[in-house]
Amino acid sequence: MRNLTVPISEAAIRELTVGEPVSLNGIIVTGRDTAHKYMIENFIKTHGAIPAAEQAVYEELQALLHDGVIYHCGPVVQQNNGIWSFVAAGPTTSIREEPYQADVIGHFGVRAVIGKGGMGSKTLQACQDHGAVYLHAIGGAAALIARSVKEVIAVHKMEFGVPEAFWVIRVEDFPAVVTMDSHGGSLHQQIKDQSAIRLAKLIKS
Amino acid sequence: MQDLTDAFVELIRRAATQLPADMEQALRKAQAREDPSSAAEGALNTIIRNVEMARQNSTPICQDTGTPIFEIHYPVGISTRKLADQIRRACAIATEHAYLRPNAVDSLTGKNSGDNSGIDYPTMHFNEWDEDGIKVELLLKGGGCENVSTQYKLPNTELGAGRDLEGVRRVVLDAVDKAQGLGCAPGVLGIAVGGDRGSSYVKSKQQLFRPLEDTNPEPQLAELEDRLLEEGNELGIGPMGFGGKTTLLGVKVGTLHRLPASYFVSVAYMCWANRRASMRVQGEEITYA
Ligand code: SF4
Repeated sequence: MRNLTVPISEAAIRELTVGEPVSLNGIIVTGRDTAHKYMIENFIKTHGAIPAAEQAVYEELQALLHDGVIYHCGPVVQQNNGIWSFVAAGPTTSIREEPYQADVIGHFGVRAVIGKGGMGSKTLQACQDHGAVYLHAIGGAAALIARSVKEVIAVHKMEFGVPEAFWVIRVEDFPAVVTMDSHGGSLHQQIKDQSAIRLAKLIKS
Repeated sequence: MQDLTDAFVELIRRAATQLPADMEQALRKAQAREDPSSAAEGALNTIIRNVEMARQNSTPICQDTGTPIFEIHYPVGISTRKLADQIRRACAIATEHAYLRPNAVDSLTGKNSGDNSGIDYPTMHFNEWDEDGIKVELLLKGGGCENVSTQYKLPNTELGAGRDLEGVRRVVLDAVDKAQGLGCAPGVLGIAVGGDRGSSYVKSKQQLFRPLEDTNPEPQLAELEDRLLEEGNELGIGPMGFGGKTTLLGVKVGTLHRLPASYFVSVAYMCWANRRASMRVQGEEITYA
């Protein structure tokens, strides 16, 4: 098992290949559908003309996502005496972010995207171009992943609702597996191709 | 009849937070079978630790607590309307205690009812039996794996599947291949052969209540179950679709009579979080399993 600590260098990412289990440590940011759409519309399509109201969030995200990690997760959270904590924090299906992910990786210099189910060819290409990987978390392991979230540091765009907001969290020993690497490798494609061949064998004649 | 609401809350708590022993054992066996430090082994290790943690902390095993499906067996003279009311109330209380996530969404307005109440929600099937106690079984059926569940109409020329058990074998393997890791593999398959589209799907889910180690009393089906388990695993999809030796943990097949014109095969895919629990009411005494 390889340790990855945020901020992650491009060199560290280039060493990873598909199928490798990793343990992630450091500060990461959650973001799912609304968050990705928001980043595209306000930061990427505007070509540097960031709306004044969004400038502060933009600067925060720039600092967090450069050599950083974005996690496709809509957490269940709890607030005690003003302090947030994660109760359940399993991954959500990533393919919904396929239209946006490549641009977000390129714009911010994201090094890893965590989710489940894998992503498509556009994201795979961005991983090669910019030195990034897709990390597959374990679907259903909500209790364990919530336990690896040691601290909720901040939350941005709470008006999107709890599952859709950007949660800035510090994780320790977050378990995941590299399923898309920065060399064009996709474990999802490999496994699919291999199982198709085996299926054909099992049902031929 | 006594009010069973609290007993139903406890039944829900057990289902949501304690993976059945046969499932946990199967996961441990699978972990031992995978190559050390492979992605498959790592995934199973994470799953098992998660299961232990959920049991210890009495928190849901998975954040998607699924559709609650109740199978109720009751003696003559019991009011099923009262039982249904108590089950609905128990679901709301269990949601308050966070054993269940609010999962019932109005299909027209998109609004979440917030307490797992809704139109035909939760699912309840009442079966009168000739014993004098009540038995209630509960399955929490996840959404991710429900999305990869499927139904075939035989014959299927593409797969060379005719209207016989060989045809059933072919389409079921196709379903496992199509699902890849998306149903949170390793999974358990409930399969129904026959019926109409609706009854076939219901029967396929009912197969999921069977313990993993039971043997189908019908020898042909027992053989098919074993073979599908073995061949499903040969596909190499593995836990979470990471590749590996464990794609399935169990296969259970049941049949229904059908019209001469139709031959349906329904495949209910259940994720590794195969959360089932049962409860018996005998006089004043309530026991859980
Ligand atoms: S498929 Fe099962 S384990 Fe996976 S997220 Fe859904 S309920 Fe949880």
